[in-house]
Amino acid sequence: MELPRYHRMRRALYHLEGSACAACGGRFFPPRSVCPSCRKGDLAPYRFSGRGTLYSYTRVGQAPRGFASLAPYDVGMVRLEEGPLVTAQLSDTEGVDLAIGMPVEMVTRTLRDAAEHGYIVYGYKFRPLLRP
Amino acid sequence: MRDVGIIGIGQTPVAEHWGRSIRDLAVEAVQAARQDAGVERVDAIYVGNMLSGELAGQENLATLVADAAGLLPVEALKVEAACASGGAALRAACLAVASGAHDYVLAVGVEKMTDLLTDGVTAALATAADADYEAGHGISFVALNAMLMRRYMHEHKARHEDFAPFSVNSHRNAARNPRAMYRHEITPEDFMASPIVSDPINILDSAGICDGAAALLVAPASEARRGRRPPVRIAASTCATDTVGLAERKDPLVWQSVADSARLAYAQAKMAPKDIDLFEVHDAFTIVSVLSLEACGFADRGSALKLAAEGRIAREGDIPICTLGGLKGRGHPVGASGAYQLVETVLQLRGEAGEAQVKGARVGMAQSVGGSGSVAITHILTV
Ligand SMILES: [Zn+2]
Repeated sequence: MELPRYHRMRRALYHLEGSACAACGGRFFPPRSVCPSCRKGDLAPYRFSGRGTLYSYTRVGQAPRGFASLAPYDVGMVRLEEGPLVTAQLSDTEGVDLAIGMPVEMVTRTLRDAAEHGYIVYGYKFRPLLRP
Repeated sequence: MRDVGIIGIGQTPVAEHWGRSIRDLAVEAVQAARQDAGVERVDAIYVGNMLSGELAGQENLATLVADAAGLLPVEALKVEAACASGGAALRAACLAVASGAHDYVLAVGVEKMTDLLTDGVTAALATAADADYEAGHGISFVALNAMLMRRYMHEHKARHEDFAPFSVNSHRNAARNPRAMYRHEITPEDFMASPIVSDPINILDSAGICDGAAALLVAPASEARRGRRPPVRIAASTCATDTVGLAERKDPLVWQSVADSARLAYAQAKMAPKDIDLFEVHDAFTIVSVLSLEACGFADRGSALKLAAEGRIAREGDIPICTLGGLKGRGHPVGASGAYQLVETVLQLRGEAGEAQVKGARVGMAQSVGGSGSVAITHILTV
């Protein structure tokens, strides 16, 4: 029963909301309550644009428990245009030759097996940019 | 702080021990270490383990082991630092003896992985990553390392075959270790023909799932000198941390926790990389060996593959690594691996490594890494 987990993460999962530090201007995803750069604690929610480029990627064939219905699936690390890196599943990659540096954008998709808990968990994934 | 020495070691063979439980394995290693030392007294036991709750359905593990080994009512605590848990157990034992809190302390690393099917083990291993922002998105531990490897190959224009020497070296050394799991040599051609797990990582880039336990008995160095075994001194014991989420680092290809723990260890031991006779690297994947050698000062950024290609990591080289097979060849029972690395370093320094002996080894470094470089524990041992 991980419903509370996904509920409390909803802003990050649906809106790619991280944090911005009022003291040093640093922007972070996932959200933090203490700034890892200047170590101050004055952070406010910050919503990222969802646009970025592919830093690296791979394909998961041997899915962990809870992801079997999606396998095989591509995952990547995305360098957001605001700076941070995000690790996520990739979407809409069929027939696409993935490459480091390719532009990608955030979409909302099913994150894991629905059968596991009896409800669908939605969240961010990234797909190759449709209209550059 | 008192100087600390290792006076006894013990280990089970690394294998798929279908017939043996987590407590059976831990007790065998503990008894072997006590017998090796010829010492009855144990003041405390620290059990390094990552996944007993997930894989064996057992927490309260240290008490279970203390009881099963006939050590009640001694202090017993489990120490967890993901795949670095075995190294963490020795770190805890070292602190306890150095501080004067205890005199004779057992450090045990144990893991029992083969009771579950692969999807369960894959999910369990992913608990070393960020549960909300990595594992919760179906990012397996292999996938994180695969993305690192692809990025490394991109930045340094490396080919997959350039990583082969690491796996070839580990298997060559494992073939000379009677307790290793994969006691067969492989060729670079075998490496390239191996099936892909998560592109570019293939089976022979990766350490396998298995069971095992290893133990070390530590005591003040003054006692160690009076022991029945050649005394081995702990010249450095350090731990450093980095973000759990791989993506949250300035540069994921710089393993800062590894660099920090090595730098602190060199300072403690008053040594430099050139003084190290052998290095037990945490070769869970070939890319981990590469990033660790670079972070620890044995190779400049982007040049660890060259170090391997030139044969310098072999037993006869100037910086032998994974001398009894490493995680790849000996096997990687995750929470036990750090303890195996240390037991093997002691064997080398005592001159008891048999066919795998590094000639004239007097200084050995063992490094255990948890998560994707998020925690690193480094020990330097000397004779
Ligand atoms: Zn700040």
